[in-house]
Amino acid sequence: MTSATDAPDRGFRLSQLIYDTRYRSLTIQIFVFCIVMAGAAWLVDNTIQNLNQLGKDFNFSFLSNRAGYDIGQQLIPYTNDNTHARAMLVGLINTLWVSILGCAAATVLGVIIGVLRLSKNWLVGRLMTAYVEMFRNIPVLLWILVCIALLTEATPGPNAYKINPATGEAGASMILFDSVAFTNRYTAIPAVQFERSLGAIDTALMPISLNFLALALALIGSIWVNRRLVAGANRVQEATGVRPVTWWKSLLILFVPVLAVFVALGGHLVAPTLKGFNFTGGTNVSNAFVALWAGLTLYTAAFIAEIVRAGILAISKGQTEAAFALGLRPNRTMRLVILPQALRVIVPPLISQYLNLTKNSSLAIAVGYMDLRGTLGGITLNQTGRELEAILLMMLIYLAISLTISGLMNVFNSRVKLKER
Amino acid sequence: MSETHAQSTAFVRDTMLPQMEPPNQQSGAVKWLRENLFAGWFNTVLTLLGLAVVYWLVTHFYPWFRHGVWSANSMAECRTIIAERWGEGASGACWAVINERWHQFLFGFYPPELYWRPIAVFLGLFLAVAPVLFTQLPRQMLIFSLAFPLLAIWLLWGGSVWPIAMIAVGFGLGFALIKTLGGQSVLLGMAAGIVVPVLFWLYAVGPIDAVLTQALPIGLEPVASDRFGGFLLAITIGAGGIALSLPLGIILALGRQSDMFLIKSFSVMFIEFIRGVPLITLLFVASLLLNYFLPPGTNFDIILRVMILVTLFAAAYIAEVIRGGLAALPRGQYEAADALGLDYWRAQRLIILPQALKISIPGIVSTFIGMFKDTTLVTFVGLFDPLKGIPDFIRADFAWKGTYWEHFIFVGAIFFILNFSMSRYAMYLERKLKRDHR
Repeated sequence: MTSATDAPDRGFRLSQLIYDTRYRSLTIQIFVFCIVMAGAAWLVDNTIQNLNQLGKDFNFSFLSNRAGYDIGQQLIPYTNDNTHARAMLVGLINTLWVSILGCAAATVLGVIIGVLRLSKNWLVGRLMTAYVEMFRNIPVLLWILVCIALLTEATPGPNAYKINPATGEAGASMILFDSVAFTNRYTAIPAVQFERSLGAIDTALMPISLNFLALALALIGSIWVNRRLVAGANRVQEATGVRPVTWWKSLLILFVPVLAVFVALGGHLVAPTLKGFNFTGGTNVSNAFVALWAGLTLYTAAFIAEIVRAGILAISKGQTEAAFALGLRPNRTMRLVILPQALRVIVPPLISQYLNLTKNSSLAIAVGYMDLRGTLGGITLNQTGRELEAILLMMLIYLAISLTISGLMNVFNSRVKLKER
Repeated sequence: MSETHAQSTAFVRDTMLPQMEPPNQQSGAVKWLRENLFAGWFNTVLTLLGLAVVYWLVTHFYPWFRHGVWSANSMAECRTIIAERWGEGASGACWAVINERWHQFLFGFYPPELYWRPIAVFLGLFLAVAPVLFTQLPRQMLIFSLAFPLLAIWLLWGGSVWPIAMIAVGFGLGFALIKTLGGQSVLLGMAAGIVVPVLFWLYAVGPIDAVLTQALPIGLEPVASDRFGGFLLAITIGAGGIALSLPLGIILALGRQSDMFLIKSFSVMFIEFIRGVPLITLLFVASLLLNYFLPPGTNFDIILRVMILVTLFAAAYIAEVIRGGLAALPRGQYEAADALGLDYWRAQRLIILPQALKISIPGIVSTFIGMFKDTTLVTFVGLFDPLKGIPDFIRADFAWKGTYWEHFIFVGAIFFILNFSMSRYAMYLERKLKRDHR
């Protein structure tokens, strides 16, 4: 900057726009901005011309028209008399539903596999390595196709569960104490029923079951009380140095109220039973959902296992040794020293795996599960012929989901970041 | 002192333990088993569970493999052969379908008499990638790497050699102009190096091409894009996408690291948008929307359209990998480049990028593995990928109706071998590049 003050002031010359570092970045930015805008204008202009040629316009009013098609799995009430917007919402909820269940299952499976892969047991370690390598290196589409093929080709029809009067035996038997039945059309699982049901509130979006609301309230309340209990224990520990024993109180507080509400409402599980040609009583989950969920879970679990393993290995052995030197037991060493540090390494890539799973759930197209792509980007698109609007809307929704998740991740990262210097 | 000690510890030994015999020495298989499989009751339970899983897998799948039939003309024939050999009710693999149709898995519907062309391209790919991956090889080989993409396009799609040669001439022209004029003024060199080739391709190529094709009709038999399929298609899209996305990814990564606000925001917007949507929606854009965005009447090849979108997709991911490499470089490298008086592009070219790219190669390889796996999604825009498109086509033939697992195992094994070796290479590289300057 000293040379700048030494230079004789000869007023502004045009060449300064290129050769003077003070102005150059501005020049470049304006130049790039013009090019990008010109490119965008070119695309928009082409689109308008093409739409004119086809006699189409660009508007989203088709969303309020009658959809006229049925959706196999609907978590909110929907009939084919509802609008395309409602169908889109059903699809979006299906996408989120399979993603959430997939993330939960993949996390559980991934953590188990990642920890077992670190185990000193030679055989188990090798088996887990084989699992991880096998699932990581083969496309997820293959795993989804394998799952759907297994469910449709290798399982019997529902009527195979019928007891043959001649032999007194059924062709197939249910698993898990006669509560789950795999058939080539659906998987029958038990359903929750309440004898003294509180009913439901009808909202425009969906009916909210008061039973589950009561259970959720009980759970939230007991979590809050439990946090107060732990905070109290921390205070006692800081004041006296002795930590009161709280684990059984925590267990009681966490489980008793929820169970009490469940029992008070007369809640119980109803196992599916074969009536005629079909299972009734329980819930029949479509094979498309089960296959998509299982495929995504198995595939993502392999990645999560690697993340967990890397996170645990990233904590240097000195930390464990230092904790032992302080006299901490292995259990507490894990909980107070290793895990908090490992989580800082594990969580960011873990959340990006959740993001990947959510995006991969669009592979529902391979099994015919009606997710967002199946409704908005599938039947709605084909029926209305509005591919431009439908695909743009679909991309925006996926983008919103992704940005929400990565925004949450950024909040987490800034909270757990090491405070350096 | 002793009182507090007695309070805080439950037990303090104050007598010596009696001497004991040294433990029996353990060695060999027994020691290994005891340490690795049966250390403690929990470990033993794990071992037994593992053994149970292995036993279950072997008893369920081994017979199916052992009963496999390699030569038959249809699924029904397979079943009769298995029933004859192994008794009624035995199940077995019908490998005959792979035996008869393996070429469709590898090449799709590419004309069989022209198989030498994709094979040559595949071998050439190794030759072209080798100098990039292994630094020990002579640097002159990079010239072949630069020429290879055009050569591959010509070999795969065939047709006259002259359009491809003209593209190469255009690149050569631009490079020569940048070299000669860049000495006087970087800006002039860059401008000339971009504008002249573009003008050349737009206006000069047509007439020259016509004349040369008349005078010297050198060419290969053309192959249309709808003949492509199987692993040929997957590798073409995957390798093409990565090769094209590298330069774009580098530019995006530099843009995202830039101090200029507008350039940074454009880069961030592009990268986050692409990374936020599933590849499948982008493929639908390629098949349904791209025609809207281009001038009316433009209509081109579906493979090219898919490749454009796959390139944009891969570029966003590559940009993030390279950004990691750029961020991993110590600040001192940037400052040293500035201190030497290098301008931005020279500093990037000579100091920053060589180091940053070297750090990013493992990440780029794993991005490529991901890309290669994702190429199977092209089946949903009507292309014949090896995982769904080709097996569905084969199953449509009545003779092979009902073959599922054979396809999955064959295709899965090829994917596994390719991806596993690539990930091992990435690990080898990571170890080699790990230079802890401490």
